Amino acid sequence: MSENETLLQVRDLAVGFGKTEVVHGISFDVAAGETMALVGESGCGKSLTALALMRLLPRGASIRGGRVLFGGRDLAALPERALRDLRGNEVSLILQEPMTSLNPVLPIGRQIAEVLLRHKPMSRKQAWQRVLELLALVGIPEPQRRAREFPHNFSGGMRQRAMIAMAVACEPRLVIADEPTTALDVTIQAQVLDLLDDLRKTLSMAVLLITHDLGVVAQWADRVTVMYAGRVAEEAPVGPFFQAPRHPYARGLLGASVGESGDAHYTTRRLAEIPGSVASAAAEPGCPFAPRCPETIPACRVRPPSLEAVAAAHRVACPVEVAKR
Amino acid sequence: MTASATGSAPPPGRLLRAFARNPSFVAGSLILLAVVAVALLAPWLFPGDPQDMVAAPTLWPGQDPEFWLGSDSLGRDVAAGLAYGARVSLAVGVTAAALGLLIGAVVGAVGGYFGGRTDLVLVRLTELFQTIPTFILVIVIVAIGQPSAPVIVAAIGIASWPTVARLVRAQFRSLREADFVMAARSLGYSDLRIIAQEILPNALPPVVVTTSVMVANAILTEAGLSFLGMGDPNLVSWGSMIGDGGPMLRTAWFLTALPGAAIAVTVLSLNLVGDGLNDILNPRSLQQ
Amino acid sequence: MSLSRSAVALRRTAAQAIPTMLGIVVLCFLLLQLVPGDAVDVLAGQAGSATAETMEAIRRQFGLDQGLGARLWNYLTHLARLDLGNSVRFGTPVTELVLDRLPATLLLMLSALGFALVAGIVAGWVMAVYAGRWPDRILQVVVLLFYSTPGFWVGLMAIVLFSVKLGWLPSSGSATIGAALTGMEYLADRARYLVLPSLALSTFFIAIYARLTRASMLEVTGQDFIRTAAAKGLHPFQIQLRHALRNALIPVTTMAGLHLGNLLGGAVVVETIFGWPGMGRLALDAVVGRDFNVLLGILLLSSLVVIVSNALVDQLHAWLDPRIEGH
Repeated sequence: MSENETLLQVRDLAVGFGKTEVVHGISFDVAAGETMALVGESGCGKSLTALALMRLLPRGASIRGGRVLFGGRDLAALPERALRDLRGNEVSLILQEPMTSLNPVLPIGRQIAEVLLRHKPMSRKQAWQRVLELLALVGIPEPQRRAREFPHNFSGGMRQRAMIAMAVACEPRLVIADEPTTALDVTIQAQVLDLLDDLRKTLSMAVLLITHDLGVVAQWADRVTVMYAGRVAEEAPVGPFFQAPRHPYARGLLGASVGESGDAHYTTRRLAEIPGSVASAAAEPGCPFAPRCPETIPACRVRPPSLEAVAAAHRVACPVEVAKR
Repeated sequence: MTASATGSAPPPGRLLRAFARNPSFVAGSLILLAVVAVALLAPWLFPGDPQDMVAAPTLWPGQDPEFWLGSDSLGRDVAAGLAYGARVSLAVGVTAAALGLLIGAVVGAVGGYFGGRTDLVLVRLTELFQTIPTFILVIVIVAIGQPSAPVIVAAIGIASWPTVARLVRAQFRSLREADFVMAARSLGYSDLRIIAQEILPNALPPVVVTTSVMVANAILTEAGLSFLGMGDPNLVSWGSMIGDGGPMLRTAWFLTALPGAAIAVTVLSLNLVGDGLNDILNPRSLQQ
Repeated sequence: MSLSRSAVALRRTAAQAIPTMLGIVVLCFLLLQLVPGDAVDVLAGQAGSATAETMEAIRRQFGLDQGLGARLWNYLTHLARLDLGNSVRFGTPVTELVLDRLPATLLLMLSALGFALVAGIVAGWVMAVYAGRWPDRILQVVVLLFYSTPGFWVGLMAIVLFSVKLGWLPSSGSATIGAALTGMEYLADRARYLVLPSLALSTFFIAIYARLTRASMLEVTGQDFIRTAAAKGLHPFQIQLRHALRNALIPVTTMAGLHLGNLLGGAVVVETIFGWPGMGRLALDAVVGRDFNVLLGILLLSSLVVIVSNALVDQLHAWLDPRIEGH
C-alpha cells in the first residue's frame, strides 16, 4: 500500500441526539500511514465524530447521514456483523480515560488476548505469547508478571500503554485515538504519544488523533482538521497550518496561544482572545463562526460555507479566505 | 427555605409539582388513600363488631347480596373483617414504623454526630440487632410478652430500627463536617440544638423514602404474626383472617385470597409511594 | 484468590463476628430472664409436685437461686460446652432438637435462595437490556407485585392452584412417607416436595435481586470499558456476559448474603404452611408450648447461621472483586 493512498474518506457525516444535530455533515480524509489530527474545543463534536466512525455512539446518538468509506466499504451502512469483524481488527479505538476504559475485574493480559482470539486464528497459548510480546513492545516492564495483574495495579500511563497494546494487537490499518493523553500527566503524555508514533511507523498504521491541544498537533501530526461547532473549518498539512492558518477561527486559536518566540509572553502583551462564545453558533443560519468573526461579508450569514481549496491539500470553509486565494 | 446553607431542599412549590408528575407516587398515593379511607370509615360502613356471627357460614362472594364478599366458617362478614383489618394493619404498621424510626434516628444521630467510643458502641449494637433474624426476634418478644397490639408494635419497632440507624448515622457523619454546622457551633449552639434543628432537617430525604418501606415491612410482619396465631386475639387483622381461612383452603379458598390481596394492594401502594419519593428526593438514584 | 487475601478477610470477619455473637448471647440471656413466671413453676408443674421444698430443690439444682451475674456465668459456661439447656416439653437437650431440624431448614433456604438468585438475575438482566421499553415496564410491575405480596400468601395460593386444582405437587411434608425410594427416584420425590415451599419463600427475594441486577447492569453498561469491549469487535452477548454481568453481579451477590436473616424469618411461616419439618416449625411449636429454652436456642443458632453466611459472603466478595485488598 503506497503512502499516499487514501485510507479513510468521511463524506458529509452528520451525527445527532434525538432531534438535535451536533455534527453537521463534515468531510475529511485520512491517508494511509499518516497522523491526522482532529482539533477543536470541547463540544465541537470531534469525539462524537470519532465514535461515529466505528458506530460506537452513546445511547441516544445516531448517524443522521453521510458515508464513512474505509477500504471501499461504507462503515456507516455496513451490517453489524461485518462491522464487528472490522472493529479491533482493521480499525481500533483508544479512549481517553485509562482508569475507566478497562474492565476492572479481568487481568490485563486476558483483555488484550481477547481481541487477538476474536480476530486471529490462534490458540490460547499463542495468544498469551503474543500478549507478552505486545506488552514489551509498548514498554511495560516485567510483562510475565504484569499480564496477570489487574488494571488497578497499573499507573495511568501504564494503563494507557496497555490500551495501546490492545489497539495495535491485530495490526490495524487505522487507530482512532480519542484524546489519549488528556487524562495523563504532562511528562507521561509525551512518552505515550511518542510510543504511538513509533508504533505507527513500525506497523504502517494511520492514526486519527482527536485532541484539543495544539501543542500535541504541532509535534505529532502530519495533517490537521479543525472543527468548530460541528463543522470543518480548515484542513491542512501541519507545517503550512502553523505558519499561516487561513480560517479566522484557526488564526484566533493560534493567536491565543503563547508562542515560543519572545514576542508572545504574558509580560509583554495580553493573550489575544476570540471574542464571544461558541453558543452564538447555535442560532446562526450561516457560517457558525460568523458572530465572532472579524472578517464577515454578507454571504457569510446566508448559508454555511463549503470547504474549498486555497492551496495544495489545504482547504478552508471561508468565502473571504477563498477569495483571497 | 431552610435556615441552613446546604441548599439540598428545593422550594416547596417545585417539590409539589414533582410529586404530582411522578406516576409511581400518584398511583401509590391514590390506592393508599382509598385504603386509609376504608379503614377510617369502617365503623360507619360496617357498624358492629366484625367478629359477630351475622351470616350463614361459608357463603361465597356474590352468593348473598348483603354479604357481597362472603362469610367465613363462623358466619362472620368478610367485607367487615377486611375493613376493620385495614384499621389494625395500618395502625400497627404506622406506629411500629414510627417507633423504629424514633429509636433508629436517635441511635444514628448520636453515634454519627459524636463519633468516638459512643459511636463504636452504638455501631456494635446496631450490628447485633441486624444480625438477629427480624421475624424470629419479633416472635420471641411477642412470645415472652402477651400477644397484644402494644407488645406487637414494640416488638416490630425494636426489630426494625437498625436500617434507619445506619442511614441516619451515615447522613450525620457526612453532614457534621459541613460549613453550616461549624457556623452553628461558632454561634454557641448546644449539641442538642445542632442535631435537632440544623442537621436533622437536612438528613431527612433518605429517611423519608425509607419510611414507606418500613411501614410496608411492618404490615407484612404483623400479617405474618397474626397468621401464625400470635396476633392480638381481640382484633381482626388481615393476617388472622388468612390464618382462619387456612383449614378451609380446599373448599373456600376465597377466605385466604381476599385478605391476602388486601395486604398485597396496601403494601404495593406503599412501595409505589416509596419509589416515587426515591425518584424525587434522591436525584442521584439510578433510574432510567 | 491468594491464600493471604482469604486469611485477611477471615481475620477481619472474626474480629467483628465474635463480639456480635457475644452480644447476642447476652441478649438471649436477658430475654430468658424476662420470661414471665419462673422456669421453676413450669418445671415443677411438669414434675407433678409443686411443694415449697421441691421448688426450692429445683431452684438450687438449676442454680436459679443465685444472683444475675452468677447465672450469666452459668449460662455462658454451658454455652461453651454447646449445652443450650433442655426442652421443657420433651426434656431432651435443646442442641439436639435444633440441630436435628437445621438441615431441613437449610435445604429450604438454600433452594429458595438459589431459585431467587437465578430468576432475579435473569429478570433484572432482561429489564436492563430493554430498559425504558415495554418488556422492562411490564417486568417492573411484576417485580413490584412480588415485592409487595406476603410470601406465605403466595404459598397458600400456590397450594390452591398446584395441589388442589391441578394436583401436580404435594401440599405438605418433605418426602413421601413409607415409600422406600432410592437414588434418582428418591431425589425426584424430595424435589417435588421442595418446589412449592421454595417458591413461596423466594418471591420476595426474586424482586430484590431483580431490582438490584437491573440497577447494577444499567450502571455498568454506561461505563467506558463496555465501549472498549465493543471496539474490540466482540458480539453483544459476549460483552454482556463477560464484561457487563461479571461486574454487575458483584453488588448483587454480596447483597444476597445480607438477606439470610429475612430468609430465616420467612422460613418460619413457610414451614408452618407446608408442614416442612424444619427449625421454623419447631420455633412455632415452642411458642405454643411456652418452651423458651428451645425458642432462644433457635434464636441463637439462627443468628450464628447469619454470622457464618455473612463471613462466607465477605469471602465471596473478595474473590469476585480483585480491587478489594485485604488490609
